[in-house]
Parts: sequence; C-alpha cells; structure tokens
Amino acid sequence: MRIWKFGHNVDTDQIIPAEYLTTGNAKKLAAHAFAKVRPEFSEEVKEGDIIVAGENFGCGSSREHAPRALLGAGIRCVIARSFARIFFRNSINIGLHLIEADVFDRIEEEDEIEISFEVGMIRNNTKKEEYKFKPLPEFMQKLLDSGGLIPYIKEQKWELNK
Amino acid sequence: MPTIAEKILKGKAGEIVECEVDYIMVNDITGVPAFEVFEELGLESKREIKKEKVVVVQDHYVPNKDVDSAEQAKALRNYARKYEIEHYYEIGKDGSGICHQVMIEEGFAAPGRLIIGADSHTCSYGALGAFSTGVGSTEAAAAMATGRLWFKVPATQKFVINGELRKYVMGKDIILHIIGDISVSGSLYKSQEFYGAVIEKLSLSDRITISNMAVEAGAKAGIIPPDEKVFDFLRGRVRGEYKPVYADTEGEYEEVLEYDASEIVPTVAKPFSPDNTVPASELDVPIDQAYLGSCTNGRIEDLRVAAEILKGKKVNQEVRMIVVPASKKVFEQALEEGLIKIFLEADAFVCGPTCGACLGGHMGVLASGERCISTTNRNFIGRMGHKDSEVYLANPAVVAASAIEGRITDPMELQ
Repeated sequence: MRIWKFGHNVDTDQIIPAEYLTTGNAKKLAAHAFAKVRPEFSEEVKEGDIIVAGENFGCGSSREHAPRALLGAGIRCVIARSFARIFFRNSINIGLHLIEADVFDRIEEEDEIEISFEVGMIRNNTKKEEYKFKPLPEFMQKLLDSGGLIPYIKEQKWELNK
Repeated sequence: MPTIAEKILKGKAGEIVECEVDYIMVNDITGVPAFEVFEELGLESKREIKKEKVVVVQDHYVPNKDVDSAEQAKALRNYARKYEIEHYYEIGKDGSGICHQVMIEEGFAAPGRLIIGADSHTCSYGALGAFSTGVGSTEAAAAMATGRLWFKVPATQKFVINGELRKYVMGKDIILHIIGDISVSGSLYKSQEFYGAVIEKLSLSDRITISNMAVEAGAKAGIIPPDEKVFDFLRGRVRGEYKPVYADTEGEYEEVLEYDASEIVPTVAKPFSPDNTVPASELDVPIDQAYLGSCTNGRIEDLRVAAEILKGKKVNQEVRMIVVPASKKVFEQALEEGLIKIFLEADAFVCGPTCGACLGGHMGVLASGERCISTTNRNFIGRMGHKDSEVYLANPAVVAASAIEGRITDPMELQ
C-alpha cells in the first residue's frame, strides 16, 4: 500500500484531463489519471493505494470520470480535509470510499497507515498516532455498502416506475 | 424561516431529502455513461425512462474533434433515438448550442423548478430562480429511471450587493470579486442567494454569469430571486407552468456578506485558480489568444460589449481572437445586429456554438507557454491545453480590450 499525497483544491481537470473524456471506462480513464500534474501516477499506482489531500479535493467539473479514473486505478480511498460536493456525491454513488479528516499535516507519503471504517479510525503506524474521523451519515453509508447508487436502487426498488 | 433552497427542496438545511426533479440534462461527455448506467438497471423498454424529463445536448466535443469524440457523439445520438428522447439538440439545428444556454433559451429553466444536469455549470439556472445543480452520470441515470434524486439540503449564504456599478464592470466581475474574497471553497456544500440594488438592476445575462460561476466557490446552487426581467424573458418561451419561490423575509442564512459595487473593478483571475483575482489594471501580461464565448459569457449581451470595443479596430498582430456565440439563436442575433461583421473586420475568428476550447477540447487549444485571456470559468492547470499554458479569466470587455492591445488591459485605458 502506498500513499499518494496531493495539495489543496485538486481539481477534476488534474484528476482526469478533459481530452481523455471520450470514454466512461474506469480502466481506460485510469491510464490518464493525473497525466498533466503527476505523470508517474498511472504507471506506479497499485491496487489498494490511498490518496491523502488537503481542502476541496475534486473541485471543478461534474465529470464522474474523475472518481471512475481513481477506482479504475485501484485507489482504495481518498482522505481529504474536505471534498467538493459533486465529486463527493459521485464517489459515494459509484462506490469509492472517501474520508473527511484533518490529517493533511500528519500523514506523509512514506507513512504506513491502517483504516478502520467501522470505528472511524486511521492508525499511523509510522508515527504511532491515531486519528478519528466521523463516519458518513447513515443514508450515504448504506449507499456505499450496497456498492453505489445503482445497486442500492435495485435493492431498495427505490420508487422505480412510480 | 426557509431560504429559497429549503423551499424548493422541501427540507431544512442539513436534512437528506428525496425530491422529484423537473428536468435532467446530459451532454455528449456525460450522457453516454449515464445511458450506460441506466441500462444496467435493466429497464430498457422505452416506457420505463422518464423521457419527458430528459434533455440531451451535443455541445462539448462537437463538431467532433477526433474519431473518439465522433464515436461518443454517435453513441449518444443512438441512445436518444432508442429512447425516443424528444428534447434532443443536435448541432446546427434550431434551439442548439451550449447546453446551459439551450436549457435557458428553450424554456426548460424557470423559477421554482428543481433541475439537475450532468455538468457542473447547471447552477446557471439559479439566475431564473430555479434550484439547479450539477450531478454525475450515475445520478442522472438514477433520475432518468425514477424521476427522483436524493439531496442534502444546503445551508445558504446571502450575498448583498449595493451601490453603483462602474463602467465596464459586469456580472463576471461581481462573481470573480466574490470568489476572490471567499475562495474556491468559500461556499462548499452551500447554496448562495444574491440580493441588493445592483442585482436588481443587472440584466438577466449578467445574472446568469453570476449563477454560472457559483460552483467555482464550491456552491451547490447560486440563486437570484426572480423578477419581471425573468418573467418577461420566459413569456412565450417557457415550457409548462411555473411558480416563483422566494425566501421568507426572515430567511435563516448561515452568513450574510455585503459588497459595495463601487469598489468592484474589471477583475482578472490569474492562473491557476478562479480565486486568484486582481484588478485588470494591475496586470501587464502579454497574451497569445483572446477567447470570447462559453456558457459563462457567450450571450448576445456579451458579444455586444466586446463588439463595441472592437468596432473599427484590429486584433493585435500577435494575438488570435476566437469568438464563439453560446447558441444558434445568439449567433443569428449577432449576425442580424452586425456584430459578426465587426468581429470579422477586426480579424477575429468566429465559429458556431460549442464548449470548444473552454475545457481544452478544440477550437483554440493552447500550446506550451501560451497565454489566453478568456471569458470562460476555469483557469486550472492545463484547462485549455498544454500543462504549461495559462488561462486568465475576465469579462468580455477586458477580453476585447486585451485582444486589441496584445496584453491584459482594463478597457478604461482605451478611453
């Protein structure tokens, strides 16, 4: 597991530049994730890696291609001080885990961390620290547990064809 | 007491609600993934899509910029045919243009409505008193199937702008000034409402620019209480009935921010963030390209302002100027008013409506080291092309004046 650290206001044009928006396929998009600002990302990223960032991660466009590219790259979860709202919704709706926690100044790329979603705890084994985070509201957790909005709708028969 | 957002979403700030939406808009980039997800639900029969609510607009990469985008546009066209989508807008045809201009001109956007669109600038229709907001393709698909979507009711910030606007100060400068003040995360998860004498006097076009860029401060919506200007615009245009919604006088605002318009000057947002604002007069930056267009500033009012400055002048020898009317209707009107002739005689390049270079698509993509003064909405790293190119955001008057001078210029300097 590797941590990829980014700064504040990481916009969706950085996550997936517009010229690659001719497919919605997560794997194909992943090949161009962070192409302009961190070209080595798509080569080196591995299944289970984690992104740590500052404020307003995912600001800008509504392109769902951004969280799809991260899912396609194998990113297990994004930890940020705050998220842009459309990115936040898109991630929950397609099943990408997000953690809102103020750990930007505490977690470095070389750190080894463990996450417990049930308890709402990030353990930094390198620094021997623990950081609490607030679990998602119940409704959003249900969406994530179902695997996203579409499986949730199928499970709940959510107002279908009323 | 409720704000406009709380009234339209029928809930209190912080609550999660499920609402019936009036329209769902998708474009050529977000539409294909939306229909793909819709089909995953297994409701392919035509009767099972809420097609009367669905609006499909080809605008981002059309006319197709390459084979991949041509395939994408074709896939969207095929979905629109398969599901018999009547609100389908193809390039060149009546009513076509940049999706948000289409939603407004074609009478989908109206006061009190709840509209979602798989494009972040869907918040534009707040200028007509709608609660409209950008969503992803999966959410659009869910709403196509159910007609409904979940929302977290946002808290609201009230912005009050009083005083007198100076010459060449437009809606763009008001919103850039505000974003410069509160930052790109200043309205995260929130709804904005705009009030004050300046907003009341502002044209609908300038109001749309303000609502359009609400998302650049992280806002979910940017709403302006609808008045006669909106009702006049909608007469003979709006689809169906609508009911204006206003906040209660004692609306519960999380924050009230007041601005004196006389302190707002023609403003430029420098790379690489819309909140990196400075007065245009303080910059002395040579430019390679000037771009007039987009859902933010591609309306007839914007073209008039630029044409007035360019009339009888030439675009600087070192600058390419690109003019992109936001819709076919805007293009026709500009032709009729002689504006297109003014642009052509000034050596600007004029093309049909498309999102074009705003998002680095086509029609003016930048090379490394190039700088563009642009009426668009984002100046992120590589937004209009190469990662080492730069975008400076400004109003149409600043773009026209800068095109003439070859460097970023406050139009007052040309007086």
